[in-house]
Amino acid sequence: MAGKTAGLEDLSVAFVMEPVAAADWLIPAPVVFCLLAGSVLLMLRKRTDLQPLIAIPALVILSALTLGLLAHVVINGTATMTMGRWLPPFGISFTVDALGAFFAATSSLVALAAGIYGRSDVDHSGQRYGFYPFLLLIMAGVLGAFMTGDIFNLYVWFEVLLISSFGLLVLGSERSQLDGGVKYAFLNLIATTLFLVATGYLYGLFGTLNMADIAVKASELRAAAPLMTLVTLFLLAFAMKAAAFPVNFWLPASYHTPKLVVSALFAGLLTKVGIYALLRILGMLFPVERLELSYIIAIAAALTMVLGVLGALAQNDIRRSMGFLVVSGIGVMMAGLAIGSPAGLSGTIFYAAHSMVVMTALYFAIGIGAQLGGSFMLTSAGGLYARNATLAFVTLMLFLSVSGLPPFSGFWPKVMLVKASLDIGAWWLAGAILVTGLLTTITVGRIWALAYWRPAQAEAAEQAAAQTLPAGAVAALAGLVILTIGAGIWPEPVMVLVQDAARGLIDPSAYVLSVFPGEVPQ
Amino acid sequence: MEPLFALLVGALFTVSIYLFMSKHIIRVLMGAAILSNAVNLLIFTAGRVTREVPPIIGANSDVLPAAAANPLPQALVLTAIVIAFSFFAFLLVLGYRAFQKLGTDDSDEMRVAEPVNEPAPPLGY
Repeated sequence: MAGKTAGLEDLSVAFVMEPVAAADWLIPAPVVFCLLAGSVLLMLRKRTDLQPLIAIPALVILSALTLGLLAHVVINGTATMTMGRWLPPFGISFTVDALGAFFAATSSLVALAAGIYGRSDVDHSGQRYGFYPFLLLIMAGVLGAFMTGDIFNLYVWFEVLLISSFGLLVLGSERSQLDGGVKYAFLNLIATTLFLVATGYLYGLFGTLNMADIAVKASELRAAAPLMTLVTLFLLAFAMKAAAFPVNFWLPASYHTPKLVVSALFAGLLTKVGIYALLRILGMLFPVERLELSYIIAIAAALTMVLGVLGALAQNDIRRSMGFLVVSGIGVMMAGLAIGSPAGLSGTIFYAAHSMVVMTALYFAIGIGAQLGGSFMLTSAGGLYARNATLAFVTLMLFLSVSGLPPFSGFWPKVMLVKASLDIGAWWLAGAILVTGLLTTITVGRIWALAYWRPAQAEAAEQAAAQTLPAGAVAALAGLVILTIGAGIWPEPVMVLVQDAARGLIDPSAYVLSVFPGEVPQ
Repeated sequence: MEPLFALLVGALFTVSIYLFMSKHIIRVLMGAAILSNAVNLLIFTAGRVTREVPPIIGANSDVLPAAAANPLPQALVLTAIVIAFSFFAFLLVLGYRAFQKLGTDDSDEMRVAEPVNEPAPPLGY
C-alpha cells in the first residue's frame, strides 16, 4: 500500500481509516439482507413451493436485525456508517437515529405479518409473478429510505420501493388492477420527479446532499438562498407521496384493486415513508421554513383528515373505505408536523407507527372476513358475527383502535396531538382531529353493524360454506392485534422512544455529530 | 452557458406539463419522459456547466485545478437516467397492457377501479 500512495497526501485526510465497529455493521445489514434474500427468491421464482419457506424465515431474520438495530440506537445513540471509506460528505452515509430505527423495526414486523398472511392469500400464479421477491425488495426500499443520510440516496430508495410496489400492484394483471395501477404509477412517478427537481435545486444551492452537512449549512445560507421555494417543492413532493389532500387521489383509486395482502402492506408502509421524509426534511433540516409553512401544512392536514373520513363514509366497498381511512390518518400525522413542537412531532411519530400496524391488521381482518363467506360490499355483506364471533370481536377492536379510542394504540398519539395543538392555540386543528375521530367511529361502526352484526343476506347465506380459517393468516392478524393492544395499555416504552426520536429531529446535533465526529454544530 | 440551459429546462418543463394535461395516457407518458430529461438537465446545470478541465489531479499536484468540471452531477444524472429509463419502459408496458385489457387509453374512460354509478352504502340498518 505504501508504495502506491507515495507522493500523495496522507490518506487519512480523505478516508475513514479506522475499521467499522462490529455493532455498526447492523446499520446496512437490513437493507443488504433484503436485497440478498430478494435476489435468491427471484432466482427460485419457478419453485413456488419453496418461496414462502425461504421468505418467511428471511423476514423473521430481518425483523431480528431491525430490532437489534433499534436496541443499538437506543443504547448507543445515533449511529453512522459511511460507504466506500470516503469521509462524509463525499461518501454516502447511512445514519440511523431513533426515528429511523423505530420506523424500520415497525415496518419489518408489518412485512413479516404480510409474508405470513401472503401464504394463504397469494395463490400459485401470484407467487409465480414474484410476490415474495417483490415483498423483500420493497422492504429494501422502505428500510433504505428510513436509514439513509443522503438526500439523493433517499430518492434512489424511493424509486426502489416504487418499482417493487408497481410489481405488487399489478400481481395478476386484472382489469381493475391495470386501471388502478396506471393511475398509481403515473402520479407517483410525477411525485418522485418533483422530489428529484427539489434535490437538484438543493444540490445547486448547498453543493452537498448529505443531510447532516445540510443541517449545518442551512442556517448560514438562509439569508442568501431561496430556501422557501425549495422547501415548498419538497413539501409538495412528499405530500403527494404521503397522499395528503389535495394530491391524494391516486390512493383511493388504486389501493383496493390488488391482492388483499398487497393492499395491507401498502396501507401500512408506503404513505408512511412519505411522512418520514417530511419529518426528516421539513422537521429536521429546515425547521425555520417549516414554521413559515405551518399554516399551509395545518390547513392541508385538517382537510386531509376530514375529507378522507368523509370519503370513507361514502363508500360501499369496504376496501375503498379503508383506503380513505389511510388518507385520513395521514392528515392526523401532518397535523403534528404542522404543530412542530416536541409533543406534536412525538404524536406524529407514534401515530405513524400505530397506523402502520393497525391499517395492515385491518386489511387482514376484512380479508379473513371475506374468506369466511362475507363480501367486500356493504350492501350484500352480513352475518360474520354468527359465523365467527372471535373474528368479529378482534375486528371490532381494530376498528376502535383506528378511531383512536382507548385502550388501543391510536388513543395516545391522538391525545398528544390534541394537547399539542391546544398548547399553541390551534383549537380548530384539535377540533378537526376530534371530529375526525368521531366520524371514523361512525364509519367503522357502520361497517361492523352491517357486515358483522347484521344477519346474513339470503344469497350470501347459501354460499357460506363453513370454511376453516387459514392458520397463518390468523396468526399474522393476531400478532398485529397484540402489538396494537400492547402499545395501547403499556405505552410508556413507545412514548419514551418517540419523544427521543422527536428530540433528535428538533435538535439534530447528535445526528450531525454522528456523521462528523469532532465538529461542533451551531 | 447557464442561462441558456435554464431556458431549455424551462421549455422542457412547459412541454411536459402541457402533455400531462392530456387525457390520453400515451401523451402523459411522453410528458413524463420529457420531464425526466428536463430534471436531468436541471441537476446538470445546478452542478455548474463548464468545459474547462476534467477533474483529474495531475502528476505533480495534490489538489484539483481551480476550474475543473464537477463530476458529482454527472454521477447523479447517470443514476437518474437509469431510473427514469426503467420507469419509462415499465410504464410503456403497463400503458399498453391497460390499453389491451380496457380497450382505451383515455383516462376519463378508465373507470374499472372507480365505477361511475357505484351504489351508495346502505343508509339504514
